[in-house]
Amino acid sequence: MTDWIDIGTLADIPQRGARTVQIGGEKEIAVFRTGDDQVFALVNECPHKKGPLSQGIVHGHSVACPLHNWNIALQTGEAQGADEGCTPTIAVKEEGGRIWIARPVAMQAAA
Amino acid sequence: MEFQIETQAAMAPVAGGDDQMLVPMDDVREHLVVVGNGMAGCRAVEELLARDGARYRVTIFGAEPYVNYNRIMLSPVLAGEKTFDDIVINDRAWYDDNDIALIAGDPVTAIDRATKSVTAQSGRTVHYDKLLIATGSDPFIIPVPGKDLPGVISFRDMKDVDTMVAAAGKGGNAVVIGGGLLGLEAAHGLTLRGMKVTVIHLMDTLMERQLDEAAGWLLKSALEGRGQTILTGANTAEIYGEDKVEGVRLKDGREIPASLVVMAVGIRPATALAREAGLEVNRGIKVDDHMVTSDADVLAVGECVEHDGNVYGLVAPLWDMCRSLADGLTDQHTGYKGSVTSTKLKVAGLDVFSAGDFSGGEGCEDIVLRDASRGVYKRVVVKDDKVIGAVLYGDTADGGWYFDLLKRGENVAEMRDLLIFGQAFAQGGGALDPKSAVAALSDDAEICGCNGVSKGQVVACIEQGACSLDAVRTGCKASASCGSCTGLVENLLAVVLGDDVQSGPKTMCKCTSFGHDDVRREIVAQDMRSIPEVMQKLHWSTPDGCSSCRPALNYYLLCALPGVYVDDQQSRFVNERMHANIQKDGTYSVVPRMWGGLTNPRELRAIADVVEKYDAPMVKVTGGQRLDIFGIKKEDLPAVWADLNAAGMVSGHAYGKSLRTVKTCVGSEWCRFGTQDSTGLGVKTERMTWGSWMPHKFKIAVSGCPRNCAEATIKDFGIVCVDSGYELHVGGNGGIHVRVTDLLCKVPTEQEALDYCAAFTQLYREEARYLERTAPWIERVGVEYVKQRIVEDEAGREALRARFLFSQQFMQDDPWAQRAAGANSDLHQHLDPISIAAE
Repeated sequence: MTDWIDIGTLADIPQRGARTVQIGGEKEIAVFRTGDDQVFALVNECPHKKGPLSQGIVHGHSVACPLHNWNIALQTGEAQGADEGCTPTIAVKEEGGRIWIARPVAMQAAA
Repeated sequence: MEFQIETQAAMAPVAGGDDQMLVPMDDVREHLVVVGNGMAGCRAVEELLARDGARYRVTIFGAEPYVNYNRIMLSPVLAGEKTFDDIVINDRAWYDDNDIALIAGDPVTAIDRATKSVTAQSGRTVHYDKLLIATGSDPFIIPVPGKDLPGVISFRDMKDVDTMVAAAGKGGNAVVIGGGLLGLEAAHGLTLRGMKVTVIHLMDTLMERQLDEAAGWLLKSALEGRGQTILTGANTAEIYGEDKVEGVRLKDGREIPASLVVMAVGIRPATALAREAGLEVNRGIKVDDHMVTSDADVLAVGECVEHDGNVYGLVAPLWDMCRSLADGLTDQHTGYKGSVTSTKLKVAGLDVFSAGDFSGGEGCEDIVLRDASRGVYKRVVVKDDKVIGAVLYGDTADGGWYFDLLKRGENVAEMRDLLIFGQAFAQGGGALDPKSAVAALSDDAEICGCNGVSKGQVVACIEQGACSLDAVRTGCKASASCGSCTGLVENLLAVVLGDDVQSGPKTMCKCTSFGHDDVRREIVAQDMRSIPEVMQKLHWSTPDGCSSCRPALNYYLLCALPGVYVDDQQSRFVNERMHANIQKDGTYSVVPRMWGGLTNPRELRAIADVVEKYDAPMVKVTGGQRLDIFGIKKEDLPAVWADLNAAGMVSGHAYGKSLRTVKTCVGSEWCRFGTQDSTGLGVKTERMTWGSWMPHKFKIAVSGCPRNCAEATIKDFGIVCVDSGYELHVGGNGGIHVRVTDLLCKVPTEQEALDYCAAFTQLYREEARYLERTAPWIERVGVEYVKQRIVEDEAGREALRARFLFSQQFMQDDPWAQRAAGANSDLHQHLDPISIAAE
């Protein structure tokens, strides 16, 4: 059973951009909106040096980390290309015109 | 047009019922009552009749006073291309011939499942054995003030069309809210009927459910070409007017006058009737695979239902549902398995097609073909060697074929290389190798449409020694304009030369076959105005570029269109988007501008206060003679900037590909060796150049004498004052590869030093490649070239200077003050979770 948290609407997140959300004392979560209006959520840390992925350039379904330009796949959290590492993903759903993310308990299990 | 259906022969009241309907006493058939006389309701009955015409007695209720018509053809009626009679699906005779009782113009208002009856608005009550709900959708009305004013309508039924036709007869302005299919068709129809139409669309892309950004942009451009005003990213605040609608006001304050407002923002399943009857309803009325609701005697079909979590707003799924429903009603249960949908339509005469999942994702590959000169865009999404989605614009001839491949899940690995060219190419003649397809072309076949170059000419050019794409472009002009034939030329190179092909100039990134210079030239030559436009016209191979090309394109457009181009924040690197320097822990450092490195107690106090107030762990003097405040959180940045602004300080742009600092020494005012007022000139230079976006960071220094304490000879532009004037130095760098400047020239006056500085800066802005510092740029083009442009060509220098100063009018608007005043506040704030589910 997943608990879902309503974090706002699609319009709250810039297209090809991201917003952050903090749930309790958990790690900050980055919620991304791609050019085709899909929404993904990752822990806001690059697997490389913990750069805030929410501040990277979102292209296709990837984000380029703002610190060292690692490309992270939004769907899996996996580093792309020659780089290796993975950022935990958080389940997201759109329902009733709102964006919901799985609460961090589920996030810890996923991590 | 009334089609109130009345009694038939030999009628008697139905036993035990309060029905006003009269039926033959000996009619023992089960009674099927259909609520909804639209496309789904009637199609279900048609399917049923085709299976077993004798099993059910059928009564259909319709809210509209018409026979069954094709709702999706309302657009051509509005456009004046068809009449109502043209779009009737089933006329009166069909109802009569099949012994169907039609009660039109009398909407059902209640369902009583206990007594198995429905009651209509007129009070008429009818008993049912099986009930079919086919209520379709209701237009969604956005809850803004003025939504109920006369002249505000939706676009859903014949009455709306009549209202629009009547309004258009008086001419004037119309606003259509909603840039989806329905809205655009309403806009098209009203335009054809002579109204001046503005479309307001909340999202950035028209028809964003069916189209990706590139196709949406093409559509927008084409509609604008037809005289419509299209406002994307526009949010309606209010519809205003006294007794009737007078216009629409947007959230940003813009007002658009209108005597007619059409709200076409979307549809919602019409579920009120089912909900009130206690049926299980989620987004739509929940049905199983046989279209049966939570009550075994009540079925539902069409846009009002939710099957397996899906709600459909297109016509094709409806046909599938009706088949399964009729199978179930005649005890031949097959079961509906959901539908894969495609949309193929013409909007304002423009061909658009989309099908399946074109949103990309894990393991998906995009195959993109852009033919700018024909206005064609094709994108096929392939996953695991199967087509899973397609978006076509301009040429939709192969839409059906792609949709067929998609539905059949056919393996396309064999024809992948040719897939995008369409069925004829991919399956014709067994030519599965693009090279052999090119080789098979005749010599007079045209390769480059822009420049009219035939295959024979390209081959001749290659045979005369052109061994690379670039050489062919130079030699015979093929592929030198729009680039859509680049693939063909490359294949010809491979066919003629085999392995001897030389790779062309370095491309901008993996998204394009063009180099930086080509892209810049074409942006100016073709007067391109936006990143999607560049990507379309220059055939980008990715939907929205990458972190290399997007910032470059953003800069090139910004440089080409000062005051016109709207900066794309999402194509900015983090530091330029946040107007501060990101540090390894994700906090930011903040450097306020200190003109020429000068400061005063007020500024220093403000900096000290910020350091204490925001608990900044470190303050450091930078190499550029500024103070850098470290450890500021992104949430605190606007407040920090507000405090610094209050002391008169603006952004220092220590974070940008832009003018950084003008470093100075104390000069003749204090120094015993000083020859000129180097601090004063430094301040003037910085006042002139600050805020300017560049291909890369740009540093200036002014030294008061040849001792050069400001280190002007390792700067991008350095001024060294001497007794007789000012030596101007360019192209220095103190980074990884230290490079001493080249002497550009010497000028006698301070004003000339400033003028040459402006001209040089603009030449660099216009001609260097993105992320190319002045040092490698000058090594590439040669200092003699720069001297020729800046020193020898006086008129050219003056023009460069004027362009720089013109551009600066728009650049010198302190970004910190904008942010402190609330601009882009989203960038600095967390999302606010509004409800947390209980533990």
